[in-house]
Amino acid sequence: MKYSFKIINNDSYTRTAAIAALALSLVCGFIVIGILFLAKGINPFYAVWKIFSGSFGSSYGIKETVTKSIPLIMTAAGLTVVFRGKFWNIGSEGQLLLGAAAATWVALKIGQSLPSPLVIFCMIIFAAIFGALWAIVPAFLRARLSINEVISTLMFNYIAAELVSFLVIGPWKGTTKYGYPYTDDIPASVMLGHLPDSRIHYFTLILAVILSIIIFYMLFRTKFGYEIRVTGENREAAKYAGINFLKTTLLMAAISGAMAGLAGFGEIAGIHLHLTSPEIISSGYGFTAIIVAWLGKLNPLLTIISGFFFAGILVGGDAIKLSLGLPAATVQVFNGTILVFLIIGDFFLKHRVTLIKIRQ
Amino acid sequence: MDIAILLAVLKRTLIAGTPLLLGTLGEIIAERSGVMNLGVEGMMSVGAVTGFIVTFTSGNPYLGMISAVIVTAAFSQIHAIVSISLQANQVVSGLALSMLGIGISVLWGKPYIGRPLHSKFGEISIPFLSDIPFIGELIFNQTLFFYLALIIGFIAWFMLYKTRPGIALRSVGENPKASEAQGISVVLYRYIAVGIGGALAGLAGCHLSISYSKSWIEGIVAGRGWIVIALTIFAAWNPAKAFMGAFLFGGIFVLQYLLQPLGISPSILAMLPYVTTLIVLILFAIGKESRKKLHAPAMLGEMYRRGER
Repeated sequence: MKYSFKIINNDSYTRTAAIAALALSLVCGFIVIGILFLAKGINPFYAVWKIFSGSFGSSYGIKETVTKSIPLIMTAAGLTVVFRGKFWNIGSEGQLLLGAAAATWVALKIGQSLPSPLVIFCMIIFAAIFGALWAIVPAFLRARLSINEVISTLMFNYIAAELVSFLVIGPWKGTTKYGYPYTDDIPASVMLGHLPDSRIHYFTLILAVILSIIIFYMLFRTKFGYEIRVTGENREAAKYAGINFLKTTLLMAAISGAMAGLAGFGEIAGIHLHLTSPEIISSGYGFTAIIVAWLGKLNPLLTIISGFFFAGILVGGDAIKLSLGLPAATVQVFNGTILVFLIIGDFFLKHRVTLIKIRQ
Repeated sequence: MDIAILLAVLKRTLIAGTPLLLGTLGEIIAERSGVMNLGVEGMMSVGAVTGFIVTFTSGNPYLGMISAVIVTAAFSQIHAIVSISLQANQVVSGLALSMLGIGISVLWGKPYIGRPLHSKFGEISIPFLSDIPFIGELIFNQTLFFYLALIIGFIAWFMLYKTRPGIALRSVGENPKASEAQGISVVLYRYIAVGIGGALAGLAGCHLSISYSKSWIEGIVAGRGWIVIALTIFAAWNPAKAFMGAFLFGGIFVLQYLLQPLGISPSILAMLPYVTTLIVLILFAIGKESRKKLHAPAMLGEMYRRGER
């Protein structure tokens, strides 16, 4: 007698089971993160407490969490589209940076001479276009030449980061900022307003939520959304159904890139007010958005919630960074661990595993 | 160009290409079994930090190297468990491994930033061969990592094409059902292949921290893990063809420093490896259109479930 595992698909899981699997994944993830902290000689309960009290425990923390959720919600909503279509756009980080650069450029060029609503409108359009362009090129390479989009979008991230570094120390370096890698500040008239006593640029927040709802509608209620999902689930079937692979891939990449670009616009017009080093502009939003999209089950309405949750982890990460002296990239440990447990949880939700005997 | 400068540049090229070669060989073995592992960047980071910490604290670089290999091989098994046994999407699982590896390396490496390494690998001259003019200094007066990369490259090629386990490994990536019918354990082969990929990525990573730069900095791997995945495609999943790609890209890393005196912005020069990767991918894809002509393993990226028709 020999024993073996038999794996059966189980697609008829309940909503309760789905939520339980999610909760259990997060709990297991945090246990492992705790063990990693313990191995570093840090009390894991203290660290996790510090993270959550830092982000959700005070009114300052909650305001910062909302502020950081804006780029995450925006970017993740776009990622739900491409991930449903199985186009693995890992380049949100670069698309966000390009959007930020484009928005800054527009504001500095025409900000003084044109009425501010028009300038802001142009900033939004340019940020979206440049973000989209940075995604369309890899999409074209994928659809036409079968070039792995994971590699190409990542290469585009590195190139975008170096490009922004080049601009802020070279041709775009501000005339009023001595010694710093900054461009000049954008005109005060195009800076986005904040909610009282916070950095919450509510215009971008509202825009992110509205666009998330539109993307939800597009994904699940329109023919184009259906085509994206069919392309993702079965490319062969999509071909036979007459779905144009090139067009679908380009469009979904454009949406995702544009959303990341808009997140970049928000960071410039709402937070930084000038373009500066890439790691200050983004602090890894593009990568964290991948987990946000996954945690939100690739549903643009749920990513609003998961975006808020992960923004809390980012803010809490800043808190432990200060109090425990940890490096910024520690957040990647959270991202990686939680993503691993999310996909494990997904497996146990969608499959039934039983131990069976095999007769030799 | 002065002959001495040419020699120095070529030698630097080979040294810079060594981690790329080691990483590519590992990824070729993993992908030949049908498992795409996008976690190379994370695995190399783990290897780099492990190698550095162990070498720094023990004073023994060989111990550092061995630890890096073992720890990274163990670390790679996360991807194996999640993508092989739990049948998760290999792209997502690999990305998670990269994030985790980068994060862990930064967290663990923090106290070691800016600390110089006193015990390091010296160059080993091969008797007699190193006396050959030019070639001797270039190839036979190198660090252990370079020799290891050459030897492992040859073994990988020999194993894959000339031995029974190697042929079985390739068949697992091409037609797992038929392999299983012949009594080959697909799951076991894939676990081992991912583990070898991890071990080699660990070796590549610790080369960066204990031999190439001899210090620990955040982001020491600097995208080499992703370039490795591109190199695996250029090599058409053949270890023998990995040599050229790896050393070509080694040359591009060296070119950055060579062009600096010309007054080009360091940021623009830093783009070179990434832009070159894209250009080579495009040229390669135009040259060989279909996946079949590329000789990609047929089941690359596909999950496999036993007893399923």
